[in-house]
Amino acid sequence: MKAFTTLNGLVCPLDRANVDTDAIIPKQFLKSIKRSGFGPNLFDEWRYLDHGEPGMDNSQRPLNPDFVLNFPRYAGAQVLLARENFGCGSSREHAPWALEDQGFRVIIAPSFADIFFNNCFKNGLLPIVQPAEVVDQLFRECEANEGYRLNVDLAAQTITTPCGKVFAFDVTEHRKHCLLGGLDEIGLTLKHEAEIKAFESKHRAAQPWLFA
Amino acid sequence: MTAQTLYDKLWSSHVVHEEADGTVLLYIDRHLVHEVTSPQAFEGLKLANRPLWRVDSVVSTADHNTPTDHWDEGIKDPISRQQVETLDANIKAFGALAYFPFKDKGQGIVHVMGPEQGATLPGMTVVCGDSHTSTHGAFGALAHGIGTSEVEHVMATQTLVAKKSKNMLVRVDGKLPVGITGKDVALAIIGKIGTAGGTGYAIEFGGEAIRELSMEGRMSLCNMAIEAGARSGLVAVDQKTIDYVKGRPFAPKAEQWDAAVAYWNTLHTDEGAHFDAVVVLDAAEIQPQVTWGTSPEMVTDINGRVPDPAQEADPVKKGSIERALAYMGLQANTPINEIPVDIVFIGSCTNSRIEDLREAAAVAKGRSKAANVKQVLVVPGSGLVKAQAEQEGLDKVFVAAGFEWREPGCSMCLAMNADRLQPGERCASTSNRNFEGRQGQGGRTHLVSPAMAAAAAVAGHFVDIRTL
Repeated sequence: MKAFTTLNGLVCPLDRANVDTDAIIPKQFLKSIKRSGFGPNLFDEWRYLDHGEPGMDNSQRPLNPDFVLNFPRYAGAQVLLARENFGCGSSREHAPWALEDQGFRVIIAPSFADIFFNNCFKNGLLPIVQPAEVVDQLFRECEANEGYRLNVDLAAQTITTPCGKVFAFDVTEHRKHCLLGGLDEIGLTLKHEAEIKAFESKHRAAQPWLFA
Repeated sequence: MTAQTLYDKLWSSHVVHEEADGTVLLYIDRHLVHEVTSPQAFEGLKLANRPLWRVDSVVSTADHNTPTDHWDEGIKDPISRQQVETLDANIKAFGALAYFPFKDKGQGIVHVMGPEQGATLPGMTVVCGDSHTSTHGAFGALAHGIGTSEVEHVMATQTLVAKKSKNMLVRVDGKLPVGITGKDVALAIIGKIGTAGGTGYAIEFGGEAIRELSMEGRMSLCNMAIEAGARSGLVAVDQKTIDYVKGRPFAPKAEQWDAAVAYWNTLHTDEGAHFDAVVVLDAAEIQPQVTWGTSPEMVTDINGRVPDPAQEADPVKKGSIERALAYMGLQANTPINEIPVDIVFIGSCTNSRIEDLREAAAVAKGRSKAANVKQVLVVPGSGLVKAQAEQEGLDKVFVAAGFEWREPGCSMCLAMNADRLQPGERCASTSNRNFEGRQGQGGRTHLVSPAMAAAAAVAGHFVDIRTL
């Protein structure tokens, strides 16, 4: 996994509540057996004017000029500003894969769906929860100022605006540690192999029917 | 000992290791695997040269990509076929307790197959790379959806890195009126608490109305816990749970049965246990539900109307309603029962079990598809459900009414196979999500119960099943 330490990134505002994972990456792209290459199909149905299918040359497709991701001023954005319940719906990890592949590293919203939130941390993406009024303020500043960037520092757990205003955010120690180090979580867990085995023996003795 | 909720009991009995910040390694008993969210996980295992920690925890089937007709022609879409064949190859290489491949008689939607095989048992932790894994909570099992990285993590370590959720009780008091199903209860709850109302919680569904629900009804309800934002939904174990499990292929055998039942009978919330949030609904007030928008919380009852965004003060909500009405092609204040439908879909992990098909068939019997309805798809949840329905003659009822009787799979719930809406088509669907494009780009979905879907098929528009 790609480590995340600090980022100074251009911000793209996506002003919709309840953005679901079907919108983030439509189902036809879930047929891939790979983990990469989903970026060009991020928000496919909003981003293009035609119907997207796997295998198309996305560079030749008609872009929807009204969709925020296509505005020239947001080209290369690494911070996505979003509304309530971002990432609701299915558990498809293709959603954070698509966001990461497109170049996003941070998503800021008043709330996230649980599974999506969790999936982000496995892919070097940092989802940050901020109070609705802070998110409102960031939307206003971002829309009013072309080239609006935010500075995100994971170790310090802060977001800093261009005029120096600092907002703190929460993250669990475990997630912070894994993201800062870009650690392989399976490798970390396997350090507890003896504990897992001990638990398993006890569990098997108590509920043998669980072990066919 | 302090009084515990059902969720507390299931959680604490599976904690392997706990860190100072409350992050735990949670032991996983059952891992359900399907073709869409597993290939990258198996690939990860191969690259790191890791085996499955416990082969006998894995139960697998192909469901999302499989066609629902012309099985003799195989899977025509080459990338869908590749994904299904990749699962075949991975199961062959890594092993599983059971695998129900494409065309096997046990094949079906993973959340229908698990319970009917007895692969879902009370007291288990159950995961699957699919958000509707919450379904299995109907058995008093702690069940939730996970991402593909977590699928790989469970395969390699038999554990999940997890943080405990808060406890929410949703109590539905009193008796449900005739014709009101688990689906209507689920939609009424989502209408009340919203699609983020359960975020951060495990929801236990309780109260007289829930106890009265069949196991199928409880599965429909827990299935949609995720639509209320909760990763897991739960119903306490009772005699109905135990009767359902008994005799299924992977249920405990004779010598272990009594011990299992004795343990399962402890799987309920203790008197006086603390819930962080409690929501109460009156069963008598729940009417047949119909969604009008592009989020499951955009729901009303059959006698309601499409809302008017002009009446909404919150600008974000107002914008959401306006966008939803534009996408759905609906005018504010239109009575729900005047909305015509083009397509009807009866199926999905929410509503494709035998009881769902019986309810739909009861409405279809002796009636015919309305002339304005282009197609009615009835897609059983599994090969076993299909066989049972045919034994009961339900297939003949559907066909006589002009409905299409298909092979099992996820089908038009998410339209990964060939079953999908065309742009602008309006569908009465027994599935779980009415998101933009969910059933096909530009398709318009209205979520309803199986009986309400069948009623819309014969009436040509939404209609109160109690007036048929």
